[in-house]
Amino acid sequence: MTETTKDLNQDDSWTVAGRTFSSRLIIGTGKYRDYAQNAAAAEAAGVEIVTVAVRRVNLSDPTQPRLTDFVDPKRYTFLPNTAGCFTAEDALRTLRLAREAGGWSLVKLEVLSDQKTLYPDMIETLEATKVLVKEGFDVMVYCTDDPVFARRLEDAGACAIMPLGAPIGSGLGIQNPVNIRLIVEAARVPVLVDAGVGTASEAAIAMELGCDGVLMNTAIAEAKDPIRMARAMKHAVLAGRDAYLAGRMGRKRYADPSSPLAGLI
Amino acid sequence: MIIYLNGEEHQVEPGTSLTALVTNLVADPRGVAIERNRVIVMKSQWDQTMLADGDQLEFVQFVGGG
Repeated sequence: MTETTKDLNQDDSWTVAGRTFSSRLIIGTGKYRDYAQNAAAAEAAGVEIVTVAVRRVNLSDPTQPRLTDFVDPKRYTFLPNTAGCFTAEDALRTLRLAREAGGWSLVKLEVLSDQKTLYPDMIETLEATKVLVKEGFDVMVYCTDDPVFARRLEDAGACAIMPLGAPIGSGLGIQNPVNIRLIVEAARVPVLVDAGVGTASEAAIAMELGCDGVLMNTAIAEAKDPIRMARAMKHAVLAGRDAYLAGRMGRKRYADPSSPLAGLI
Repeated sequence: MIIYLNGEEHQVEPGTSLTALVTNLVADPRGVAIERNRVIVMKSQWDQTMLADGDQLEFVQFVGGG
């Protein structure tokens, strides 16, 4: 085996809060036509982690399909999320219930500011992070792409930093690659772009910036063919990761021929 | 007596335990977390938790989400 192929076959897993994963793609479980389509997308995306929400049990119609009947919590790591929480208090309440419902402590925190932008409220987010860490949670934190707040979150004990690429559900792509790169360079915990990716090339960009992973929901769920898009995202994340590890060529101002100039006829 | 479950009024007999209420309403209580008057009641406590008039209960579980 040559050196190169040996390198290529090396394990490229990543670890968050002591848990090791080989897939660097995390998908949500919202907005799909049904849970069956959701399960097929998770399969096609090759993911090991899915985000889930905590909501009231539907007591009026017990025949409603349940997520866990389609997406097996034994096969996938369920990452409870606080989507829909606009205060630290609501987020804390939700995640305490999530820990009771699931029995594990790895969670995703997001505290939003307003319905129009769903932009993270970083003051509330930082406060909630501190409390959750004190209570023994492993907290992956959705945040703005501000490198200063990213460092504050890490100092507060966040086990992963998850800056937005663009507003949740917007599909606008990575709006501020400079900041994502700064966050990646400074962080000692995994950094995952969470929100904003719209298509495969944008997931690849996140990975080329050196992120440890990408989290998305709408880009897959609202594609015309969600299963095919799930597969596209799997390939994009792998391609972006490899490109990052390979190291891109330098940018040049002028052409540089690929064929030798010597021996021209 | 009356309790409030997931925001709705429910009639229950005095002396009803939380386990009895859950078993009556939820086909498969695995994965359900319960809050009573804003305090989480762990599964191991359901049996000995007797409902009181005016209790505010929340039954939650994991559902699809982003």
